[in-house]
Amino acid sequence: MRNTLTIARREIQAYFVSPIAYVVAAAFLAIMGYFFAMILYYSREATMRYTLGNMSTVLLFVAPVLTMRLLAEEQRMGTIELLLTSPVKDWEVVLGKFLGSLTLYACMLGVSLYFPLMLTIVGNPDAGPVIAGYVGMLLLGGALLSLGVLTSSLTQNQIVAAVLGVVLIVLLWLASALGDVTGPPLSGVFQYLALSEHFYDFFKGVIDTRDVIYYLSVIAASLFLATRVLETRRWR
Amino acid sequence: MIHVSNLTKHYGDFQALKNVSFDVAKGEILGFLGPNGAGKTTTMRILTGYLPPTSGTVNVAGFDVTTNSLEVRKRLGYLPETVPLYPEMTVWGYLDFMARLRGVAKRERRIDEAMEKVRIADHADVMIGKLSKGYRQRLGLAQALLHDPDVLILDEPTIGLDPRQIIEVRELIRGLAQDHTVILSTHILPEVSQTCSRVLIINEGEIVAEGTPERLMARLKGAERIFVQVAGADGDSALRVLQSLDGILAVDDRGNGAYEVECALGTDKRPEIAREIVNRGWSLLELRPVGMSLEEIFLKLTTE
Repeated sequence: MRNTLTIARREIQAYFVSPIAYVVAAAFLAIMGYFFAMILYYSREATMRYTLGNMSTVLLFVAPVLTMRLLAEEQRMGTIELLLTSPVKDWEVVLGKFLGSLTLYACMLGVSLYFPLMLTIVGNPDAGPVIAGYVGMLLLGGALLSLGVLTSSLTQNQIVAAVLGVVLIVLLWLASALGDVTGPPLSGVFQYLALSEHFYDFFKGVIDTRDVIYYLSVIAASLFLATRVLETRRWR
Repeated sequence: MIHVSNLTKHYGDFQALKNVSFDVAKGEILGFLGPNGAGKTTTMRILTGYLPPTSGTVNVAGFDVTTNSLEVRKRLGYLPETVPLYPEMTVWGYLDFMARLRGVAKRERRIDEAMEKVRIADHADVMIGKLSKGYRQRLGLAQALLHDPDVLILDEPTIGLDPRQIIEVRELIRGLAQDHTVILSTHILPEVSQTCSRVLIINEGEIVAEGTPERLMARLKGAERIFVQVAGADGDSALRVLQSLDGILAVDDRGNGAYEVECALGTDKRPEIAREIVNRGWSLLELRPVGMSLEEIFLKLTTE
């Protein structure tokens, strides 16, 4: 675990010395602010539900940008050789990278808490859906980032990693549509796999353990696969 | 300290290493010599646990690299061919990161010591992206020394350095040999004779020769060769005189009164040659034994 934290720490530092962190965080918050203002103006409702709902879609494209560098760049620069010949296990590297990106994302989400804070000043929002909504955003974000880590492990090229990440995420997001085509019993499977299907309960203020388990499983599976991809250097 | 036996490595159909075996004793500096693509980097990557061998075993400091990779890695400092650096970090930040990964105790002191050893301490706060090639190479070396490893594996450690830095790095490596075992690869021949206590010449995945630089030269020398330069002899009279001497196997005319004389191994014909030439009233300008250089050995071994 110590190694994982060392790697995560380096990753966070790397985010903040490059413009990526600032640009992505600024873009994320600007878009969120726009949604927030517009939705509030038209609905006159003290809720974060629609803003977070829209941001979940934005996140599909933001997450791969945050993760594209993580393993692709290490492979391009040859620094992966250094990490993998240090007394560190492959999974510690992958987990450290993931935690680094998750920390940055959590910071962005943390800053965005001033939107619900503003709501409490001007209105009287229901705390439950806001808290649950943010928990949902964190879980969804974690799942998307882990998928981004996976695609970043597949290539030396950051852009390729980002594009693959978006494709993988969008396909998984819309997997339930495939279920409508195939019909039962496969539709149940696709529905379960779809990233979007586990998300909406959070906005209603419901934290369903099944949804939590789903997102944690996506994270675990993606990171496991990314570790295996790193290990395939052994047969290449 | 290092025990390699019957190592083979395939990349698909390509056989990069063919049944390579060797041992390295504690405190030795072993030089890996070979043309590009001979299998030097592959061997080093297997030794460090980065690549698994197709077959064969490698034991470093008492641990097997395949089954006990983490223990081996703890005892190993590695400088890969492309120095693995993060351009957005400072020199100090990078060394601190590596020291943490390796679980170095008394981190600050060890970092300072490593920077001192490779003379980079004055650049501690410089961003790596702004360092010159020489400083990057030294930083790579500092990283490999941080945890005071038993074994150092250096892939082309002097590449990209200027001549003065090369000398410094060679001295540094020689100094390390007291408490460390070093394997370094190079395709620069003088490096081997100046730095290494033992040489392993590798070509197309096979070890073609092994021994101290001196032994290698002696082993490959089929005969003693003497260079003679004479002035004052008419035509080929000097050539004929040299050929007529006892125990001379062959004489090559190098022009301008210079000859290379080959005589049986273990004999020294210089006194006879000198006497004959002086007795005839010619001037003896030069008379010296010719050694076979490492370059010649290398070429002979790798082109056969």
